[in-house]
Amino acid sequence: MQHDGGEELETLKVYGVELKSRLLLGTSKYPSLDVMGKSVRAAEAEVVTVSVRRESSRFREGQEFWRIIRDLGVRVLPNTAGCYDVKEAVTTARMAREIFNTPWVKLEVIGDRDTLAPDVFGTVEAARILCTDGFEVFPYTTEDLIVCDRLVEAGCKALMPWGAPIGSGKGLNNPFGLRVLRARFPDTPLIVDAGIGLPSHATAAMELGYDAVLLNTAVGTAGDPIAMARAFREAVEAGYAAYRAGPMQPRDLAAPSTPVVGKAALT
Amino acid sequence: MKLVVNGVEQDVAAETLAAALGALEYGEALVATALNGEFVPARKRAETFLREDDRIEIVAPRQGG
Repeated sequence: MQHDGGEELETLKVYGVELKSRLLLGTSKYPSLDVMGKSVRAAEAEVVTVSVRRESSRFREGQEFWRIIRDLGVRVLPNTAGCYDVKEAVTTARMAREIFNTPWVKLEVIGDRDTLAPDVFGTVEAARILCTDGFEVFPYTTEDLIVCDRLVEAGCKALMPWGAPIGSGKGLNNPFGLRVLRARFPDTPLIVDAGIGLPSHATAAMELGYDAVLLNTAVGTAGDPIAMARAFREAVEAGYAAYRAGPMQPRDLAAPSTPVVGKAALT
Repeated sequence: MKLVVNGVEQDVAAETLAAALGALEYGEALVATALNGEFVPARKRAETFLREDDRIEIVAPRQGG
């Protein structure tokens, strides 16, 4: 490790794509499309999540949204949000692949309506189908080690464990589990997805050695989403830099920071 | 022909999925389609024939987290 403080931050490589930004941002829940676009720019996000939804030929809301996303020049990560079974998720992924012309998919197979906890069994099954079909799958999962093992076996080359339930803003519910995953998968891009509420949560995820964080609600519903996007960008950069700088190990007892030797004898 | 388009029952004068999209005035809009729960790629729409009570889903890009 260098000791001159000048270590350059590495790019994140996921499915062969190099990204400078380690903050992936959702495009939902903003007060307007204009604020959404400005927030993406303030976050300096290179990847944004999107979805597919029913389109009315009369209102064509999706066409305007897509024009704005294209103008931002970012890469899109389509999701299968709201899907509760494997077939529905796979069909949604295929529709999204055609629309967005990308093999990337954020795979969500939801198992519970209150917690939006992933159905990890369905997620593994859908991941297997999609990976075989040429998709590059980013699975939304729990931090369960064995499930993540199965997802990697299915062909996933990135994992997205939740920090806490989607939209809850509770941060990292199980730092221990996330740390174990990091140790078990040192070469797989790990992205904390869901549950991040504050910039400090994002920093904490990066300090655990995570490669990136994905969030939406914390920025989209902030009083000033653009300012919050900037705060998250700085938080992610700080956490990543801190991890690379080698954090100290915590200890139970105090340790004086000022040298004891050489203290004047005054009593 | 009676079809269910995005959950709404409609009479659509079309024999194929491509013709239905035209009749429903989607024009050049960027959409993807499914018929009775199965994805139908754009290149297959013209050869995908419809039957009474078929369920068509027509989706487009939208905000997502």
